[in-house]
Amino acid sequence: MKVGIIRFPGSNCDRDVYQALELAGGQPEYIWWNQKDLSQIDAVVIPGGFSYGDYLRAGAIAAITPVIEGIKSLVKDEKPVLGICNGAQILAEVGLVPGVFTVNINSKFICQWTDLKVETTRTPFTSMYKKGEIIKMPIAHAEGRYYVDYIQELKDNDQIVLKFASENPNGSMEAITGVCDQTGLICAVMPHPERASLTILGSDDGLKFFKGIVNY
Amino acid sequence: MRFDVQVKISLKKGMLNPEASTIQRALALLGYEVEDTDTVEIIKFRLDEEDRNIALKEVDDMCQRLLCNPVIHDYEIEIIEEEK
Repeated sequence: MKVGIIRFPGSNCDRDVYQALELAGGQPEYIWWNQKDLSQIDAVVIPGGFSYGDYLRAGAIAAITPVIEGIKSLVKDEKPVLGICNGAQILAEVGLVPGVFTVNINSKFICQWTDLKVETTRTPFTSMYKKGEIIKMPIAHAEGRYYVDYIQELKDNDQIVLKFASENPNGSMEAITGVCDQTGLICAVMPHPERASLTILGSDDGLKFFKGIVNY
Repeated sequence: MRFDVQVKISLKKGMLNPEASTIQRALALLGYEVEDTDTVEIIKFRLDEEDRNIALKEVDDMCQRLLCNPVIHDYEIEIIEEEK
């Protein structure tokens, strides 16, 4: 399973994701933002960071780079795409997942461990969890407050992937912090599974996100 | 023709604006009691186009494709022709 890790100027979780994918048994490979042809890749992870300095809005500039065209082709071929943190903001800016991740309710950068509830197991990334399972992964963002116009549609289509299980630190609508497209193959999550991929990091609850990709 | 363009980007009415509420609370710390605080982002540039309508259409495209996120933003475009 060749998994592409997209790198933009300002990406900073790329190497963590690389290691997590290796741990999960995948073959990770870095892909630069100007590469359009991703036909040799089986799945893609857009890692966290501060692409283009978060200028304009987090993810707004990465959303118009050539690699996004390659990702859209992968989507047509029904290959899985995971966006983590800044990667999630980018997928929302492109419109591949519904809604936006915008400024936290307290205007602060929040970096902390969170308890999360797995709301659906129909995505490749959450296929190895149990529905309703509580997992521990950290968040680290200033723009993570989820907002969407039509929340009922998300519920009807089973597009809510993760919710904060106890407190809702960034003020997200209905504590949502992970969503997917209608197919479930494109998934955007604000928490960092790669930072919870080894017990020595404080939790390995996130590793199944990557195992789920490799086993897809 | 050369145009001076200003795009004013604001959050849609009713959207939570944490920056504005923080500013309002900070003003209160200084003893200024104000209400309905809001923030607006302004992007300015110059643009050469054949006429005003074409320029307006182009700037509107820019707003839709990059400058704004239509889910949460409203925008106003101001175009002034530069004097020769």
